[in-house]
Amino acid sequence: MTTLLEVEDLKVAYGKIEAVKGISFSVEAGQVVTLIGTNGAGKTTTLRTLSGLLKPLAGKITFDGQPLHGVPAHKIVALGLAHSPEGRHIFPRLTITENLQLGAYLRDDKAGIEKDIQRAYELFPILGERRKQAAGTLSGGEQQMLAMGRALMSRPKLLMLDEPSMGLSPIMMQKIMQTISELKAQGTTILLVEQNAQAALSLADHGHVMEVGNIVLSGTGQNLLHDESVRKAYLGED
Amino acid sequence: MNELPQQLANGLILGAMYGLIAIGYTMVYGIVQLINFAHGEIFMVGGFGALTVSLWLPEGFSLLAAIPLMIIGGVIVSVAVGTAAERFAYRPLRGAPRLAPLITAIGLSILLQQAVWKWYPEAKKDRTFPQFSGDPVHILGADIQRGDFFLILAAPLCMLALAYYVNKTRTGRGMQATAQDPDTAKLMGINTDRIIVMAFAIGAAFAAVAAVGYGLHNGQVGFKMGFIMGLKAFTAAVLGGIGNIYGAMLGGIVLGVAEALATGYMADVPGMEQFGGGAWKDVWAFALLILVLLLRPQGLLGERVADRA
Repeated sequence: MTTLLEVEDLKVAYGKIEAVKGISFSVEAGQVVTLIGTNGAGKTTTLRTLSGLLKPLAGKITFDGQPLHGVPAHKIVALGLAHSPEGRHIFPRLTITENLQLGAYLRDDKAGIEKDIQRAYELFPILGERRKQAAGTLSGGEQQMLAMGRALMSRPKLLMLDEPSMGLSPIMMQKIMQTISELKAQGTTILLVEQNAQAALSLADHGHVMEVGNIVLSGTGQNLLHDESVRKAYLGED
Repeated sequence: MNELPQQLANGLILGAMYGLIAIGYTMVYGIVQLINFAHGEIFMVGGFGALTVSLWLPEGFSLLAAIPLMIIGGVIVSVAVGTAAERFAYRPLRGAPRLAPLITAIGLSILLQQAVWKWYPEAKKDRTFPQFSGDPVHILGADIQRGDFFLILAAPLCMLALAYYVNKTRTGRGMQATAQDPDTAKLMGINTDRIIVMAFAIGAAFAAVAAVGYGLHNGQVGFKMGFIMGLKAFTAAVLGGIGNIYGAMLGGIVLGVAEALATGYMADVPGMEQFGGGAWKDVWAFALLILVLLLRPQGLLGERVADRA
């Protein structure tokens, strides 16, 4: 297996406050890796740094053999790293189709883009039905589908999903998680950030537990799922 | 002179000018939430750019043939000043408190006025702008000066081109995305810095076109012309719903027509006899702004946010 993403001793700060205090992990091609942890653990900060929206204080990020240091956000997408951000952040006043097209902003193959839009509609039929609707009128779950579909439009080597299940009904959450396992079955490499540890660990190859800016525990998804301290802290067991 | 068709025509021509300038305010605001108060001066330097080109042309050169060259000259100067302002004055202040770029804009505005006053030959007084000769054309009960046909043609053409650009081209789509959510736009691979430069450049180019229209309409350009025109265009942008490009043009037209009608008819209203005539037109324009801010602060098209760009 080839290492797609390598993070070494990454530190990120907001002003003087260190949100990520030196974490290391890697993602192999074809794997699903998850970062779990409570609010403020530094998960979202980590993803935003990987996609170039935040500048790291220290550490090294290597993606697909290339250092990401100093590469601006809009060029990182071109390298094959797509980010579906926390809170979905679809473009509310553009239609579903236009949102998907923006996901393919850097691509020039019109026919291929059209094919991928159709694929997104197959993956999420509700988006196809509402393709001409302004994205802001969609429900939370539908917006999440759109955000994922949009991130896939760049044909990424690595798909980063930040809290895809946040604020969704249990049924919708199940659907999103099911889609993630479908993507995994298709061979998509995914870095998944979740607060829903149960769901995330169930489908992840590897998991890392973050607490206040550090990785405190790592292991395979199954191991972590059965780890006593994880069960107590994140799965709500006594 | 005080007939309705004439007043409406005057208002439309003035409004087209306001609208074209207002595009620059509204596009920049839509993307970086900055009121570029130097935009009136970007309009003014465009007028001087066009004037300079007209002075370079040989005697007897047809004005009709000169106009495209004058537009190019004006656009080059305006776009150069507008994008330089973005790069060197506003970009370093991105993320600073909002007051900082606002004060910078005012400073830049004074700087540009004084630079033209000091260094442009004989610009301490208004300079004569080339004029079309010939009598006004009589259309639908109104007499239209020949030079005013420039704005009547240019304003809708510019709007069509802009609507096409924003809705149909990739960078136009990127501009809408940047206006709605800049960070997420970057995640799509959009170079938002470039988009911001484009917004400044398009606004400056439209201001230069308006400046050519202003010169042809008034027969002169001067270093002070950007001040009141900039304020009026800003009013038009707010009137139409700031951030909305169609609102900017609509606001310009509404403002121009309202001004023309107030100038023409206010004196006929009982008790308002002393408020008629051109001297009061600015008062009515800004009174309209206050009214809109009180009654409909989002502006006329402020709700149609789907069209924002």
